[in-house]
Amino acid sequence: MKSTLLVGALLTAITTTGAFAQTIKLADVAELSGGGATVGTNWKNGIDLAIEEINAKGGVLGRKLEVTHADSQSNPGVARAQVQKALDAEPYVLLGPGYSGSVKVTAPLAAEAGIAQIMGGEAAELTQAGNKFLFRTSFGQQSSMPKVAKYIHDDMKAKTVAVVWVNNDFGKGGRDVIIKDLEARGTKVVADLSTEAGQADFAADVGKIKAANPDAVFIYLNEEESARILKEIKRQGVTAPLMGETTLIGQKVIELAGDAANGARGHVGLTTDAPVDLIKGFRDRFNKKYNYVPDHNGLKGYLAVYMVKATTEKMGKVDPKAFADTLHGLTIKASEEPGILMDVTFDQNGDIDRQSFLVEVVDGKQLVKQVLPKLK
Amino acid sequence: MSNLFDLLVAGLATGAIYALVAVGFTLLWQTSQTINFAQGEFVMLPAFLMLAAMHVGAPFWLAIILGILLSMILLGLAFKMLLVDPMMRHGVLPLAIATMALAIGIKEAVKQFFSAEASPFPSIVPTGDISVLGHAVSLQSIGVLVVAILAVFGLTTLLNRTSLGHQMQAAAQNPTVARIIGVPVERMILLTFLINAFLVALASLLITPIYLAKFSSGEVLGQAAFIAAIVGGFNQVRGAIAGGLLIGVLDNLAAAYVSTQYRAAVPMIFLIAVILFRPQGLLGRAEERTV
Repeated sequence: MKSTLLVGALLTAITTTGAFAQTIKLADVAELSGGGATVGTNWKNGIDLAIEEINAKGGVLGRKLEVTHADSQSNPGVARAQVQKALDAEPYVLLGPGYSGSVKVTAPLAAEAGIAQIMGGEAAELTQAGNKFLFRTSFGQQSSMPKVAKYIHDDMKAKTVAVVWVNNDFGKGGRDVIIKDLEARGTKVVADLSTEAGQADFAADVGKIKAANPDAVFIYLNEEESARILKEIKRQGVTAPLMGETTLIGQKVIELAGDAANGARGHVGLTTDAPVDLIKGFRDRFNKKYNYVPDHNGLKGYLAVYMVKATTEKMGKVDPKAFADTLHGLTIKASEEPGILMDVTFDQNGDIDRQSFLVEVVDGKQLVKQVLPKLK
Repeated sequence: MSNLFDLLVAGLATGAIYALVAVGFTLLWQTSQTINFAQGEFVMLPAFLMLAAMHVGAPFWLAIILGILLSMILLGLAFKMLLVDPMMRHGVLPLAIATMALAIGIKEAVKQFFSAEASPFPSIVPTGDISVLGHAVSLQSIGVLVVAILAVFGLTTLLNRTSLGHQMQAAAQNPTVARIIGVPVERMILLTFLINAFLVALASLLITPIYLAKFSSGEVLGQAAFIAAIVGGFNQVRGAIAGGLLIGVLDNLAAAYVSTQYRAAVPMIFLIAVILFRPQGLLGRAEERTV
């Protein structure tokens, strides 16, 4: 009863003083239920934490941030409806969704409304459709694969490499980018192995890797298949170093593959285990507020809000129409805006360039071995 | 060349598991004209039963025993009494369709109670290599082969060298005459169901560490074993064994030398060829019933 009265009093105060008009309205559509609930909940919590911090320090250009959260139910159809509803309320910026499939169907709506959309999807194609209002919070394949190729060539000193990929949009997208990049650097692809999603038996594929005798193996499969091939690689005694992207060295893969995962290396765009003080600080604040350690989606949501803050302060005004233009080509430095955690640059497609991490599985745990610098 | 050797060993190890499952197919067909399309799911389920036992605190060895016993009760006894017996009267086809329904039921139930995600499963054979003819061969592959060969050897000894086996043969070949000479035909049929359940539980124990425990992992296995049974000869245990090994090797060679995309098609094409040119199967005999 007491709290109802308090809320009522606050509402009256807000409406009568006109403070409501002064807030900057953001709309978030995320996977709050369904298969992507972990993704969406982390993303939402990251957003809420950032907004709380920013508002506690006086907001953006003296105006408070306010966000509405809508649930896409991890369903692209529902996401589309929720985004349409959110856009009808004319938000300053649209945040989310996290699933690439949902981003794909909602991006045209935001672009048509001329509202910038900061999202969590990672599929390469999202930013290649010429959409001038779409921005990533993490690497797309076209940003991560060149880093992997550079590591294979420069650090692993591999002259030959076997590439194993899963035959779907995700795998083929990554395979095309990395093979092009490896060959441009002079690393020869001696085996180009396509595998099927859901494949159980990798004996023949690993046999081919063995026959090709490469200096390194690049593995780009989904989690379960990654675990199966790691086991088979161990079973057949392949000794070439193994390199992958986020999926190869994820916690689920380590759990499934057991000690066969040890020694596998992978490139990770965002991790709360990163040896970066600002990220450690974020992790502690998040843990204090929500009582658990977030995954990279928590980081993405947090960063999305600080992207809004930095871009708006750069413009010096709250202008939804000019927002996307300003963010294109913008570099945000962590020294000037600590909330962005690491220096980041946005290109003309809305893709990002940022430092990232080289992780190795040691004794069943992810260990950050190296910080990979920005590409440019 | 070393590649071919590795492929053969890996193929034989997988094939030995197919053989175990295919033998079950032929046993059920021979004694009760049951074509069990849930056979793949029968291989998937025991691993989850063992995982469940471990989840409540049983050590691995105890979980294996419990898993095998539970499988024999659920996939042997209950399967026969609750599904096969009532459906049998309506002919082979309705029963086959009922087993398809059962396959979906088992798959969805596992997804519901456990998870749609894969789980790791411990291996009974330690990881490591030994040298065979100058080639490093994994202990796991050898372990799988040895266990499967022992199981098949035990089964053929039971069928051919014991009185019980002879009674089972009689019940399969001519149930009416077998009854007249005093063979407990019903009990013999139940016994084959229990043996089938034991074989699939064993196959589950061997294959799951490699394929991971997942609700959908029975689909591929069931299909491969079905093809193996037909290729080898649906009415011969030794045919099913040969068919299993052959399909395992063929599958691996196809993946290596044809293409990963078409690997599943190669055994099918082989199957069609066998049906066209030797319909009774490679080792099967036309118009004969024996186990």
